Amino acid sequence: MTPTRKKRLLLILMVALGVSIAVAIFLTAFKENIMFFKSPTEVSAGQYPENRNFRLGGMVKENSMQRIPDTLKVEFIVTDFAQDVTVQFEGILPDLFREGQGVVTIGQMVNKDLFVAEEVLAKHDENYMPPEVADALEKAKTQNAKYEQGGIE
Amino acid sequence: MLANTGQFLLVLALCTSAVLMVLPMVGYFKNNEQLMKTGRPLSYLLFVLVLTTFVILVSLFVMQDFSVTYVWQHSSLELPLRYRITATWGAHEGSVLMWVTVQALWIAAVARYSRSLSLSQVSRVLSVLGIIATGFLAFVLFASNPFEITNPAPLDGRDLNPLLQDFGMIIHPPLLYFGYVGLSVAFALAVAALIGGQIDEKWIRWSRRWTNLAWAFLTVGIILGSWWAYYELGWGGWWFWDPVENASFLPWLAGTALIHVQAVSERKNAFRGWTVLLAIIAFSLCVLGTFLVRSGSITSVHSFAADPFRGVFILVLLGIYAGGALTLYALRVNQLRSRDAINLESRETMLLANSLIFITSTFTILLGTLFPMIFEAMGKKISVGSPYFGLMFFLLMIPMAVLLPLGAQLKWHKDKMGAAIKALLPHFFIATALTVGAYFLFDGLNLRATAGIFGGFWIASSSVGQILKFPGRMNAGFVGMSVAHLGVAVFLFGMSMTEHKDVEKDILLKPGQTTQVAGYDFTFNGVSQVKIENYQAQQGSIQVSQNGRPIVELNPQKRFYPKQQQPMTEADIYPGFTKDIYVSLGEAVNDQGDWAVRIYIKPFIRWMWFGGLMMMAGAVIALFSKRSQRLEQQQVDQVMQERLKLS
Repeated sequence: MTPTRKKRLLLILMVALGVSIAVAIFLTAFKENIMFFKSPTEVSAGQYPENRNFRLGGMVKENSMQRIPDTLKVEFIVTDFAQDVTVQFEGILPDLFREGQGVVTIGQMVNKDLFVAEEVLAKHDENYMPPEVADALEKAKTQNAKYEQGGIE
Repeated sequence: MLANTGQFLLVLALCTSAVLMVLPMVGYFKNNEQLMKTGRPLSYLLFVLVLTTFVILVSLFVMQDFSVTYVWQHSSLELPLRYRITATWGAHEGSVLMWVTVQALWIAAVARYSRSLSLSQVSRVLSVLGIIATGFLAFVLFASNPFEITNPAPLDGRDLNPLLQDFGMIIHPPLLYFGYVGLSVAFALAVAALIGGQIDEKWIRWSRRWTNLAWAFLTVGIILGSWWAYYELGWGGWWFWDPVENASFLPWLAGTALIHVQAVSERKNAFRGWTVLLAIIAFSLCVLGTFLVRSGSITSVHSFAADPFRGVFILVLLGIYAGGALTLYALRVNQLRSRDAINLESRETMLLANSLIFITSTFTILLGTLFPMIFEAMGKKISVGSPYFGLMFFLLMIPMAVLLPLGAQLKWHKDKMGAAIKALLPHFFIATALTVGAYFLFDGLNLRATAGIFGGFWIASSSVGQILKFPGRMNAGFVGMSVAHLGVAVFLFGMSMTEHKDVEKDILLKPGQTTQVAGYDFTFNGVSQVKIENYQAQQGSIQVSQNGRPIVELNPQKRFYPKQQQPMTEADIYPGFTKDIYVSLGEAVNDQGDWAVRIYIKPFIRWMWFGGLMMMAGAVIALFSKRSQRLEQQQVDQVMQERLKLS
């Protein structure tokens, strides 16, 4: 091989190495930070990632919020009107958090009945509903309707 | 009545821009000077029409004309005058109208300040800008008409979203739009050059100053947005990697790559195709950003009600602009082939590396932003957490920070890499020493913060060194570059400190209780009711002191806007040179006056924004470069001479 060719080959190898390292880092970062969105129905059916954070969204059930005195700990129920999930959170709830309105929480299941949230989001549009939550509710509703129809038959 | 006039003018504006899109271009292809000359007057007419329409919408808000749907939906009788004016761009319809207004202003400015371009060039540029204006005017008229009438008119309006009733709303969106839309000029130049099949350095020199100006606006717009989010959203963050923030950041990244590559291509016949491609990418990302924000297809703090029709409309526009431009690029790129060879050891190579780093960052962030949509299409709901963006961006900025001083050190055309590295060696040691000093001064820093601070010192030290070493190079171009690069250093330092040395504490406080955070005592003196303008607020009183010496009393508020039935947190901040003390109210946890309180210490956070302002200042200073002014004057003379010869 001529020196120029050698140089070129080396350059190509280095670029290839650089690119593969970059892709590897990219994929790892991506995999670790992807968060799935789950509805209470899915969570109740056990369809959630274990030992890692995911987003749980639905409505905050009316009269379900409880505060543990002298702490910033709260407990409330997130529902899609088909299933309920109990959520624990310590910290300051967002301004738009309200019983009977949509919410998205980020955290994980500590056991199969309790979701511990690290973050509670109550961003929403004019319809007081994050789009994912609206979607999840819609799904639960159609499923409910199916069950009811099934009952009639 | 006035609303009808507005609507009518909007239709007229659409017609005007459609004519602008067609006539000068036809003139160019038929070599008809008369037709080409219509470009400038049409541009002025378009600007007058669109501006009048915009002013009409503002007056409808000022006069509280609730027969207009958009007005009653976003204003109310109690809304103070200044927010009635800003409510104009507070929601979708008005916001898009402002987009178009700003664009018409840019078009008129191009028509006015393009003496150094030949008529055939100007006519093409204005026509391409006309295509963009036509698309967005059609979007306003057919998909988001702000002049729709409600009959009968309601007695009172629904009021403006409380978050938008703020000073930030007055300046952040207009400045951001100036930058966003300003990139359309670079795009139009690129496309016009492709249509003509040639691009010379005059062309790029002219385009470079416009791109610089747009980039400066975009920078300050983003900085203001970050500052606004920090104090207004009430939880002290300054950047969330939210899709809508990314929407403004993506064109900024591509624009950064573009202005650096232009520095090469205006001097040499090199990287011409790459310059054109970057200009196309930058503006396409602006339109994509508009799509992300306006279609509501991604959950975000900014999301407005989702309307699929609007989303599809913008997607079609994006397809036409980006698709058309890229097709043209593919067809014509061979004619733009660069002739000058580039030496490996030269500033040109470094600037190319810069553009590659920034464009890689652009696509990494773009991917993270779009991924949820791709998954959604496959029926899965995911979101990409901000650690992804943070980590990837951090990694990509390492080579940027390492290479920046080297790029500024190396001479144009041909230099010795070894000599440049040797010249920079002292700065490497200074930066290392300063970083070690900072490490002990701030009792330890984590890896990322150390790296960020080292990068800041490294860039700052070498920039200052270069300024001191070459007093002869003191022209506006060099000063602008140095100021912008020092801005990068200040930003890096501020960001690393804020991100990694901040203290955040959420705590329950009883009236009279004192808590200690980072050496400061915070005494909670209860909450009282106040009524201001159109809202009521529970106002907390928190005395901050250090070693028994009072520093400041902070009064964060929990506001309640009766119209919208919505509470809002208004933080109170004690800003400082080295740190901000940030206090906001959570909620009353019981009826004995105990409150959840958020206390943050944010070190050096202002440095970050100040660094951004320095980057902007650098871009503006570079506009006054004697070199480019001299060259532009030569161009004007040349064009004049040619014109004389013709007549």
